[in-house]
Amino acid sequence: MKYFPLIWATLWRKKTRTIFTLLSIIVAFLLFGMLETVDYAFAHPSGGITGADKLVTTNKYSITLSLPFSDAQQIRSVPGVAEVTWISWFGAYYQESKNFVFALPVDTDSYFNLHKDEFIVSDQHMQAYRNTRTGALVNAALMKKFGWKVGDKVPLHSTIWTQKKDGSLDWTFDIVGSITVKDPTQASAQASTLLFHYELFDEGRSFGKGDVGWFEERVDDPAKSSAISNRIDALFANSPNETKTQPANDFTMAFIKQFGDIGFILRAILGAVFFTLLFLTGNTMMQSVRERIPELAVLKTLGFGDGKVLGLVLAESLLLCVIAAIIGLALSYAALPIIKLGLQGVELSPKALIPGLGAAVLLALIVGLPPALRAMRLNIVDALADKR
Amino acid sequence: MSEAIVSLRNVDKRYIRGKQSVEVLQGLTLDIPKGEFVALMGPSGSGKTTLLNLIGGLDTPSSGEITVAGQRLDQLGSGALARWRATHVGFVFQFYNLMPMLTAQRNVELPLLLTNLSAAKRKANVLAALTLVGIADRAKHKPNELSGGQAQRVAIARALVADPTLLVCDEPTGDLDRKSADEVLHLLQILNREHGKSIIVVTHDPKAAEFASRQLHMDKGALLEAGTLA
Repeated sequence: MKYFPLIWATLWRKKTRTIFTLLSIIVAFLLFGMLETVDYAFAHPSGGITGADKLVTTNKYSITLSLPFSDAQQIRSVPGVAEVTWISWFGAYYQESKNFVFALPVDTDSYFNLHKDEFIVSDQHMQAYRNTRTGALVNAALMKKFGWKVGDKVPLHSTIWTQKKDGSLDWTFDIVGSITVKDPTQASAQASTLLFHYELFDEGRSFGKGDVGWFEERVDDPAKSSAISNRIDALFANSPNETKTQPANDFTMAFIKQFGDIGFILRAILGAVFFTLLFLTGNTMMQSVRERIPELAVLKTLGFGDGKVLGLVLAESLLLCVIAAIIGLALSYAALPIIKLGLQGVELSPKALIPGLGAAVLLALIVGLPPALRAMRLNIVDALADKR
Repeated sequence: MSEAIVSLRNVDKRYIRGKQSVEVLQGLTLDIPKGEFVALMGPSGSGKTTLLNLIGGLDTPSSGEITVAGQRLDQLGSGALARWRATHVGFVFQFYNLMPMLTAQRNVELPLLLTNLSAAKRKANVLAALTLVGIADRAKHKPNELSGGQAQRVAIARALVADPTLLVCDEPTGDLDRKSADEVLHLLQILNREHGKSIIVVTHDPKAAEFASRQLHMDKGALLEAGTLA
């Protein structure tokens, strides 16, 4: 602690340069915090299907390949399976592609039976839904976002499914009620949900009739999930449509990975940023030490040993990087609500920021070590020769 | 004659410059008694600063023995030399060599950071040193807010604060006007006479040398003569 005033004063020896270096590191760690948070959110999804008692059955080779609807009966016959429902990916947006809507055609009875603990729908709205063939139940947050209300007709553009009647990709639904999620942690994940009748979808589409995207199952005993998964997949082994049954959370992860290896992409961006930062900060530190070689020589003259001089320069580098990292990470934490606005369906956690401090220490050591070693090896007589 | 604080026996110092070996000091033998104020004079390149570096433990001889304050410096490694310097010798340079970003007080405190003294004790010692050199009122000023004479006083306070047995000064008045130079030299004289500090000053200035109790003259790496002044 007694060396702090010396290290602090040295750090601010050239104020403008220190401020610009700090700013560049702050921006890098702001980016680090934001991207790590997004990466963490994708790696630990809380959205989609949840619960230890839920399984998902997809085509063995790709979740983009469909399965025959008739598989539902066989799955239901597997001991331990309490409920089965089927869903297809509709891929919809409202008016513009940026207005993503998580629209799912679902079988009313089996879907709401399987997810009965997850949604709140009033009896009145549920009854209206059952009575309206083109009806849709919409998450209250989505209705608020687009200014929709019960009674509205809303057109959705599917990126996949053309209609049998006219080949159009535009489907129109009647909003008959709203749904909300019971678990507040799922609120963000389910904020774009719109549910409509599977019958309408299956009868209206121009291709794929009788196929489903995936099956969801609820099991009686979560401890037997693995055995039940194996039994389901064994039913369809060697058939044209072999299946892969897995816990719901694993399915959600696989679904997200359709977009690509998000972690790899984010780490590649961060790698480029930090590679540049290494040169920038490393050069600044080298320049800073070069400029004060006589001062370092004076410290050595006064009795500061090689180790102490090495430690002082490293401590300066640590102080610079850690202060900047804390500011950058704090800013990225403050930006979490903004990220959430643009990244619905994933939950963001400040835990993702913790590796940032580790990265700051590593950065400080890498950029601080070369100048620190140079300072340590300084020959006093040579260094003072020009400055006596 | 009192005990020698500095004792050199057959000291040689060679530097390797490219493929050439440059002999800077040759067979130098010298005793400086404790409590003496010595002025080391001679033309540029005569080896004054090299000799001062050896006595101050900043450099090691190529051969020969150097004993300062009872310690054989030619037998110490760089770490041990650093620790020895911290406790036994104070340095004063021509251009003060103060840390520009630190106040006078913080500059003087630097040698004490290497001790186990508490912050309060360090502060007290720093103020005592600044008071001794007559610059306590400028304790909170940075070097660029001080005149040359004041900066050199701060440098002397820094050299004194750890209470070393020996002060080595390399052209301490070389950057000062006559009045400031005389004040600094007078201060060194007081430190020698009233506080018993042994002082070695390298200087080109005959007037500065007059403040010393003995003048040593060097040329081409050897001592020419030794004289004692009143």
